[in-house]
Amino acid sequence: MNLNIALLIALVLAAMWTVMTTKLLRSIVGLAITSAILTVLLFRLNSPLAAVFELSVCAGLIPAIFLSTISLARRLTPEALAIRQRERIRKFWLLPVIVILAGVCLTQIRHVPLDIFAGAPGESDVRKVLWQTRHLDLFGQIVILLGGAFGVVTLLKEAKKHD
Amino acid sequence: MIELFSIFAIGVVLTLIVGFYCILVTDNLIRALIGVEILAKGATLLLILAGYVTRQTALAQALAITMIIVEVAVIATAVGVVLCAFRHTGSIHASSLRNVKG
Repeated sequence: MNLNIALLIALVLAAMWTVMTTKLLRSIVGLAITSAILTVLLFRLNSPLAAVFELSVCAGLIPAIFLSTISLARRLTPEALAIRQRERIRKFWLLPVIVILAGVCLTQIRHVPLDIFAGAPGESDVRKVLWQTRHLDLFGQIVILLGGAFGVVTLLKEAKKHD
Repeated sequence: MIELFSIFAIGVVLTLIVGFYCILVTDNLIRALIGVEILAKGATLLLILAGYVTRQTALAQALAITMIIVEVAVIATAVGVVLCAFRHTGSIHASSLRNVKG
């Protein structure tokens, strides 16, 4: 249980560092670290397949997409960087306060609705669920992936035409 | 089980707060997408937690995998939109898109 608490604190801290750090590159590294911590938590909740997907896709592919995008950005001058840092502190000083206050308030809540634990144990093999019970989801996933791919191709093609 | 649920639920809520705050405060479109990613991480953890406490981890994993796929497609398309905006306006800030019409 203590390890779970430590991992959850690390998850929230990594997420906060991701959104509060000044440089985009550091944000993306923070996002990958957040995903890696979430992966460990998913493993601990008996969900190894979801954890593997989280690690390979969210900690690997998505940071790579972001990195390829920010490679287009210009490097900031030291003066601009200092201004940006001051701006970020002004915008984000409230976030740690809100997170700490919310954390303290939530730990005071003692009432947990017990009926949420009443679910009957279902199918335990994820492959059976994925390929038999929820096979229509796979069709949806294929359509969404194709939609995303065609969307990107169309957007970049349009941009070229305008250039 | 109740203690585990409570602890994880607090972690989920705090992660969602961080994601929402990022989206609300930032002007940078890439950072807004990073906020969306953090929100998605909170939602994934909540799905798996719900599956764990109701003893239906297989179903929860199937839904989490679907969500991760959707997340990738959304991020890829949104990054394409940001790239287009960057090519048109030379900036990745939402404030530079105020003259969009139509």
